[in-house]
Amino acid sequence: MKKKTANLISLGLVAGLFLVLFLLEQVMDPASMLFVVLKKGAIYALVAVSMNLLNGFTGLFSLGQAGFMLIGAYAYGILTIPPEARDAVYQYFDGGIIQFALPVPLALIIAGLAAAFFAFLIGLPVLRLKSDYLAIATLGFAEIIRAFFQWDALGPITNGSNLLRRFPTFSSVIFPFFVAGLCIAIIVLLVNSSYGRAFKAIRDDEVAAEAMGINLFKHKQMAFVISSFFAGVSGALLAMYQTTVQASAFKSAMTYEILLIVVIGGIGSISGSCIASFLFIACNEWWLRFLDNELFIGTWQVPLLRTGFRKVVFSIIIMAVVLFYRQGIMGDR
Amino acid sequence: MNFMQANLPYLLAGISVGGQYALIAIGYTMVYGILRLINFAHGDVFMIAGLIMIYAAAAMPLYLAIPLVLIATVVIGFLIERVAYKPLRSAPRMSIMISAIGVSYLLQNLALYVTGGLSRMYPTIPFISDSVTIGSATTKMVTLITPVLTLILVVVLVLFIHKTKIGMAMRAVSKDFETSQLMGIKINSVISATFIIGSFLAAVGSMLYFTNYAGVTPTAGAMPGLKAFVAAVFGGIGSIPGAVIGAFIIGICENIIKGMGWTTFSDAFTFALLIVILIAKPTGLFGEKATDKV
Repeated sequence: MKKKTANLISLGLVAGLFLVLFLLEQVMDPASMLFVVLKKGAIYALVAVSMNLLNGFTGLFSLGQAGFMLIGAYAYGILTIPPEARDAVYQYFDGGIIQFALPVPLALIIAGLAAAFFAFLIGLPVLRLKSDYLAIATLGFAEIIRAFFQWDALGPITNGSNLLRRFPTFSSVIFPFFVAGLCIAIIVLLVNSSYGRAFKAIRDDEVAAEAMGINLFKHKQMAFVISSFFAGVSGALLAMYQTTVQASAFKSAMTYEILLIVVIGGIGSISGSCIASFLFIACNEWWLRFLDNELFIGTWQVPLLRTGFRKVVFSIIIMAVVLFYRQGIMGDR
Repeated sequence: MNFMQANLPYLLAGISVGGQYALIAIGYTMVYGILRLINFAHGDVFMIAGLIMIYAAAAMPLYLAIPLVLIATVVIGFLIERVAYKPLRSAPRMSIMISAIGVSYLLQNLALYVTGGLSRMYPTIPFISDSVTIGSATTKMVTLITPVLTLILVVVLVLFIHKTKIGMAMRAVSKDFETSQLMGIKINSVISATFIIGSFLAAVGSMLYFTNYAGVTPTAGAMPGLKAFVAAVFGGIGSIPGAVIGAFIIGICENIIKGMGWTTFSDAFTFALLIVILIAKPTGLFGEKATDKV
């Protein structure tokens, strides 16, 4: 009975959230920064939660997230550009070799599956490595993937180092919220299942977990593949948000940003990752923007304020969190 | 012979870049040997050294600027350790690594702020930027100086580690952190010394490295940093000669690949090599075998 009411309440909250979003879109100026933050925040929340599944719940320190997002973004872009637009997009490669377009939901799932497939292959060798070696190996794989997608010989599929564009995108903020919300809900269910408990056991003590009969490699591989699936979906969402995709944007700096979001939210906390990603995006894109503009009070110019100062202040805040507030916003709740 | 002639410029460039990677890799390998930390910020310290050189050379003559760069970089390396890593000494290893990533993010953003996002011209250091001709290849003097200077510095460093008291302390700490503390070794000064040596070599490396390039951008340190780390892993992390040999191998292979027209894959190759090494021989060429106690 208690569980039932709790479920009802959370269902009501979700419905209320979507209603608020819908109303906001009706009344507010669509160019408002609020919508930028909401859209990008939802996408980053998904990828942060997927990274948290690996780093926070399974204890695998992986830095390959940007690479899997890249695969998802490209898979989505390649499969959904309408055939009539392909000649313009693939102008250096005679319109490319793919001459069909899939519906958006199917393409989103395939984007995730493509990332998951690559993760499966990469996981076979690298998941045997320990902590920081795993981190550097996954980082290396992300760089290899990035180089691979820019390779000219694959141009008819990936468009080489040129932009992919003109694929279907979204304009309403409801779409990314719906997709990201659905994916995060699945991750929550997974974390609370017996598999999730096995993941946490591996994180807390590998040797003890193995002694209790948990197949280490199988569970690590599973966490890695699932995390990459959702990273791929979020990559596809990011492609839709940006309206263009280019491999060179998915640098290791992107993974670091996501890692910092996870840390600020609290390693091992899903709600923390969501809150932190909205805060991160809001500070980065909106609230701290004033630091980038020169400001005069009377004739006195406020010192230090000019382009780039926002990022400096921002990284100092992050360092403070990392050093003095190590459990993050939500701890591990 | 034809092959040699065609590839001589790339081989020379490879040896030179290899030497520069070696100077950075020593910083990684020494820090990892003692703290078991991948110091992600090391590549950015290298970039900052390049930026300081640009601003110092604009303000004063070179014979003052060069020592200033060396001192400033050493001070920065020392401060990073004291501020960002020391408070986390008893924290889980992952926290220190995240702190290192945070420092790297901070340094890059700081550089972006100071330069305003523009690439700044690197000053020409006379003598080492002069052109020389070897066989069929014309190259800068720095290509010849780098390997020689690297080898001299490495020999001095190895002597330092094996003959002095603080060197002995470093070896002890890298063997067993806790026991050496019990034996009365001042762990903090040993760690500081490690960071000072690493930053000094990174500053020397940055002078040699950026001479070959037009300018310094805020992210210029990330790639050389990662490659130097790969070199350190390749040679067996914790081993100085290993890091140097690994760096030369990576530098040469990378430039030969560029020479074959596969420039897109020159970075990817380094990481592929890393992964092969990690899987086939995780302790690297000269690494010591580690055993896990339960």
